[in-house]
Amino acid sequence: MSTVVRIDDVTKKYGSGSNALLALDHVSLTVDKGEFVCLLGASGCGKSTLLSLVAGLDRISGGTLEINGKHVALMFQEAALFPWLSVSGNVELALRLQGVGRADRRKRAGELLEIVRLGGFGGKRPHELSGGMRQRVALARALAQNADILLMDEPFGALDAMTRDILHDELERIWREQELTVLFVTHNVREAVRLGDRVVLLSSRPGRVLEDFKIDHPRPRRIDSTEVAAQAAEITDRLRAEVARHAS
Amino acid sequence: MPAEVITDDKTADEVSGLDALELAPRPDRGDRGRRIWNSAWPKLLAVAIAIAAWQLVVLSEWKPTYVLPGPVDVFADLKELATTPDFWDGVRLTLTRAFTGFLLAVAIGTVIGAAVSRFAPLRAAIGSLITGLQTMPSIMWFPLAILLFQLSESAIMFVVVIGAAPSVANGLISGIDYVPRTWLRVGQVLGMKGLSKYRHLILPASLPSFISGLKQGWAFSWRSLMAGELLVIVPGALSVGARMQNARDLHEASLVISYIIVVLIIGILIDILFNTADNALRKRWGLTGN
Repeated sequence: MSTVVRIDDVTKKYGSGSNALLALDHVSLTVDKGEFVCLLGASGCGKSTLLSLVAGLDRISGGTLEINGKHVALMFQEAALFPWLSVSGNVELALRLQGVGRADRRKRAGELLEIVRLGGFGGKRPHELSGGMRQRVALARALAQNADILLMDEPFGALDAMTRDILHDELERIWREQELTVLFVTHNVREAVRLGDRVVLLSSRPGRVLEDFKIDHPRPRRIDSTEVAAQAAEITDRLRAEVARHAS
Repeated sequence: MPAEVITDDKTADEVSGLDALELAPRPDRGDRGRRIWNSAWPKLLAVAIAIAAWQLVVLSEWKPTYVLPGPVDVFADLKELATTPDFWDGVRLTLTRAFTGFLLAVAIGTVIGAAVSRFAPLRAAIGSLITGLQTMPSIMWFPLAILLFQLSESAIMFVVVIGAAPSVANGLISGIDYVPRTWLRVGQVLGMKGLSKYRHLILPASLPSFISGLKQGWAFSWRSLMAGELLVIVPGALSVGARMQNARDLHEASLVISYIIVVLIIGILIDILFNTADNALRKRWGLTGN
């Protein structure tokens, strides 16, 4: 298996001198092609910082960061669709910025919306959709960037449990069908165990890799299955111990 | 393997079922006539109360009726006025001036606003000057304008533009300043740079604030224009303002009040136009209450 994301001894500092904030401290992590890796940690562990670095939105302060993929796409907790464009228009804009010709854009956007099961909604405005549907449009937009590496920053954090549960199935399906590599940030332990091939636990302030859990339960998994719950409990204990370390 | 295997068909049904449940049915907005009446009657009542109060002041004989005529006389004069083509020539002249001046102000204000928000030194240099200009009563510019351009159309245009352009520029600047951070990050992720970032993100995102700027700019240009038409009487150009000044010179109080009403009505009609544009945008973007 080839490595698509290699994070080697990466450090990230904000500011300088005595006021400098060390967000990531010698973090090393590799993600193989087609892997689904969940990053888990309490507040201040630099999960989002790490994603910004991998997405190229921010620069590393030390170490090396290597990406071997076609394109990296990033999704946030908010769908952040543009309200002046239709649903299809939002996806088409991503295609356009990739240099896709006018004639192909509409067709390709339609196909991408089919993938996220929103085939009939291309002409709607983003505000006419529910939160879960908007997140699926954001996913279609990410796929439109011809991305094979998908970074997700708590993408389902603002959704209700039922919608989240169904979107887990959907994300798993699309990950498999589109042969994506996913780096998924969450603070929900069960969600991480439900989705990930691996769950990487980060420490807080500064962010370091504490432990790398391999999740072997066969897919499809259920978030309420006993296996997922048992493994989630184990990871939660580890996470709590880390949080307690910051007392006083 | 777990007992329950999730088949693709089953999730497809779950997804579309959930979508159907979450898409709220369109609220019943009642029939059209009723809605118009609901929004119209408070306005009509307000107008009726204002006219009644006016009539009461006239009845109290606070001023003689040749100085302060009653609504009946004024509306009779207004009706007669509205049937003369000459009057409509005046309205046309005034509106032509208003639109020309406003469009000029929009063009200049947009260029200045875009430049100021793009280049930091320019903002430091003239950012606060723009706000300062906005607070300047436009009538203060007329003496200078008359010295520069004599009693001409240019003098009026000068003041209209200088009154309205700062509002337009400010609307655009604050629109650009307050583009949400997440949109900017999305733009970055999608690979927008330089000009394409402006075209696909910054300009459309600043539209609501730009429209408020236009609306405010219009109000300023309309006020400046009215002041200008009263002060700068261009020979041969019988604008609404010039006619009003004329009526005052002839002590025709009823005609003066008629012109006040005309200006008020034009102002209200244009305001409705701006509000319609604003509401259409809000509805499109989903910024309205329902």
